[in-house]
Amino acid sequence: MNVPVENYLVLAALIFAIGCAGVLTRRNVIVILMSVELMLNAVNLTFVALSRQLVSMTGQMIVFFVMTVAAAEVAVGLAIFLAIYSQRRTVNADEISLLRW
Amino acid sequence: MIAFYFIAILTLASALMVVLHRNPIYSALGLVNTLFLIAVSFVMLDAELIAMLQVIVYAGAIVILFLFVIMLLNVETEVRTARVSRLGTAGLVLALLLALELGVFALVREPSSGTPELPAGFGSTELLAETLFSDGMLSFELTSLLLLVAVVGAVVMARRKVES
Amino acid sequence: MQPEHAHTAAEAVVAATSLLRWIPLLPLIGFGVGVFAASTNRRSLVHVTGPGSVLLAFVVSVIAVSQLWALPAGGALVDNVYTWISVGMLKIDLTFRVDALTSVMLLIITGIGFLIHLYALGYMHDDADEARFFSYLNLFVASMLVLVLADSLPVVFIGWEGVGVCSYLLIGFWYQDMANADAGRKAMLTNRVGDAAFLIGMFMLVWALHDLGAASLRFEDVNRMAPQLGAAAPHVVTAVCLLLLIGATGKSAQIPLYVWLPDAMAGPTPVSALIHAATMVTAGVYMIARLSPLYVLSPAALDVVATIGAVTALFAATMALVQNDLKKILAYSTISQIGYMVLGVGVGSFSGGVFHLMTHACFKALLFLGAGSVMHAMSGELDVHKMGGLKKQLPTTRWTFLVGCLAIAGVPPLAAFFSKDMILEAAFASGHVVLWLIGLAAAGMTAFYMFRAYFLAFEGESRVDHHAAHHLHESPSTMTIPLMVLAVLSIVAGWVGLPHGVLWGDRFGHYLAPVLAPHDALGHHEIGGGTVLLLTLVTTGVAALGIFVAYSFYLKSPGTADRLAERFRGVYVVLWNKYWVDEIYDRLIITPYVIFSKFFWKVVDAMLIDGVVNGAGVIVGKTSDVWRRLESGNVQHYAAAMMLGAVVTCGVYWWLS
Repeated sequence: MNVPVENYLVLAALIFAIGCAGVLTRRNVIVILMSVELMLNAVNLTFVALSRQLVSMTGQMIVFFVMTVAAAEVAVGLAIFLAIYSQRRTVNADEISLLRW
Repeated sequence: MIAFYFIAILTLASALMVVLHRNPIYSALGLVNTLFLIAVSFVMLDAELIAMLQVIVYAGAIVILFLFVIMLLNVETEVRTARVSRLGTAGLVLALLLALELGVFALVREPSSGTPELPAGFGSTELLAETLFSDGMLSFELTSLLLLVAVVGAVVMARRKVES
Repeated sequence: MQPEHAHTAAEAVVAATSLLRWIPLLPLIGFGVGVFAASTNRRSLVHVTGPGSVLLAFVVSVIAVSQLWALPAGGALVDNVYTWISVGMLKIDLTFRVDALTSVMLLIITGIGFLIHLYALGYMHDDADEARFFSYLNLFVASMLVLVLADSLPVVFIGWEGVGVCSYLLIGFWYQDMANADAGRKAMLTNRVGDAAFLIGMFMLVWALHDLGAASLRFEDVNRMAPQLGAAAPHVVTAVCLLLLIGATGKSAQIPLYVWLPDAMAGPTPVSALIHAATMVTAGVYMIARLSPLYVLSPAALDVVATIGAVTALFAATMALVQNDLKKILAYSTISQIGYMVLGVGVGSFSGGVFHLMTHACFKALLFLGAGSVMHAMSGELDVHKMGGLKKQLPTTRWTFLVGCLAIAGVPPLAAFFSKDMILEAAFASGHVVLWLIGLAAAGMTAFYMFRAYFLAFEGESRVDHHAAHHLHESPSTMTIPLMVLAVLSIVAGWVGLPHGVLWGDRFGHYLAPVLAPHDALGHHEIGGGTVLLLTLVTTGVAALGIFVAYSFYLKSPGTADRLAERFRGVYVVLWNKYWVDEIYDRLIITPYVIFSKFFWKVVDAMLIDGVVNGAGVIVGKTSDVWRRLESGNVQHYAAAMMLGAVVTCGVYWWLS
């Protein structure tokens, strides 16, 4: 393939930005978590692209770890969310602002 | 090249569906799509094992988890408000800025000197395992510990819910 | 404690000893015991330590003085306790020094002080606050001793302030009555004005000496450098002398700072006797005598001193003429007599001023204690018009009081005759004829008003009201013995200063001569023996006239005084209102000062300073009010903040690369 690596980097940047917009804009907590996953995947794409460019397996190794951690994070995050939901009966992020002044 | 652009456009479209659609089920579907297309990109980048893992772990497990929760809670379609909140505009602006900056970073580098030659077996399971268990031994162990913590945490949270 | 001898550059022999520190220390220990007794409610402790500590101090003083007399004339005993301040050229030690002048003061303070403490045992016997009283009294004696034992001006100032504080504490002793507390405050504040002048004078002096290369405030250094100072900076010498004089007028109740003394009669009578007759009020005179070599270099300052003394003597005497309160009569009399002392030192007779100081201590203490005895018998009544015929019930008091009156009037051969005469003679000899006349007039008035008091209180028909008459009794012996001792002293104390050529002459003056500036330093012309005799006769005659007029007004034909008061109503009103001095001070000085202070309080303190301090707190509160909104609890807000940070960081990175 003769796709220059910059292309992948720009793609990853765009996916990351879309993920950011999702995190900041949406009010549904689950959708926010999904946007976070988008961001993580964008990072993964960057790592793999550069690992290929620099001919080093280290990048892919890092992606391996990121995936693992992302899985753990989703599990725990959803568990927390379920615990809050059982109390508050809402999925709206605005209404779960307990730790305020 | 055409393949790349095709995949790229589809990926972006799926990502936008995740973020923009009001119904969370559609967002989850969009997420599956995006993850799968990124796996395709991985294959195009000679990272086969990672592509497999992407499909199995991400698309196969994580999104299922999301779908379970959505179904369990019977989450409704989000009501679209008339005005975009202040936070929303700020978020959009920031995201745009970030994309701009990152893009600039990517593009102002010297153009790459073509695609380098890859050694045989690049991206294969053997090579990844070799790197993982030599350079990344410590991280490997720590990550397994992390998974343990996550499991324990999830169980504790779930248990509390059942009791109450 | 054998003194070691050391010969200094001058011929004065100075012996070092560690005995002297005990003189003020013993009453100080008495003060400590008194505080303990007062706070733990053990009154009887002070019955022993109160007078006892002063008696011990008296014994030690006698020992010290006898050691002094073993030295040749002009010698001194020195006790260096420790070095207090040592900065550059200036070295101020806590050193006690006994020379001829100090010895006189020491014996007066401890001797008469002890008698008064003894008297106070009986007087304050029924007062619940007895322990506090004796603790204050002991502290006072300790401070006064520090004052006279001091080797240098700063240490004098320590004692100066100490007696001021004790005066405040003792005048306002029965502070539950606001009037007494006010009187104490008035004394303190008036003294303060004098103290400020004293301090400024002291600073000017050390500054001027520093310019001459000898920065020291020790008396022997100051007096030794005085001629040099006078040659180099005569105006400074005059200024210093005048400033120190203002300090003296505060402490010694002269014009213009005498106003506290009549009010100070609110304190218990032993206080009036000790502080306001025998000791504290003499501090100013003592200080001028100590610095006599400095004062003789400024004839202008000495003129001011003499004038103030003479005018005060007359001024106070006129006010005493119409007072009805027995203690107030004695208070004005004190002001007047100290005026004599100040006049004496002002015309160059330093030993004469100190001589009168000594005799005055004896008979004024006697008179005050006698008044206290009368008050004790009359259950607190002091108005002489409500007394009369007391000689029947109070014989001892009556005879001792009579001795006191004779002494103060200047009847020979009692004490004040010799001392007053010495001063008036010096005034005439130095050419201050006007001042001599003023002093003479004051002497006549003194005789008059003192005998007015005596006749109204002790002689004639009794005007005592029935209720008080039942309680009339002579005082207990603890009160009458001091009266008798003081009466004897009042008779003999004058015999150490006989006029030139009579018997042993002026032994007192010769004793003090090495320490004070010489008598002829001001260039007096000596006056012949005939003139002296004439002057003495005139003085005695004036005194006799005063006594006779009092007798005729109040005993032979009572009511004469009232008729005169009616005839000269205007004069009477002016005298009765004490020339409205207090009111004038209030209008001119105190009211503007209070307005000034109120301004500083309300505007500067309350608004400005509190505003700044509270404002700082308010500002912190308001800013944190703004910042706390960052913690909205909304996770998306936090994420937005993080995103913003990332954007900014990338931007900076881009900018820098």
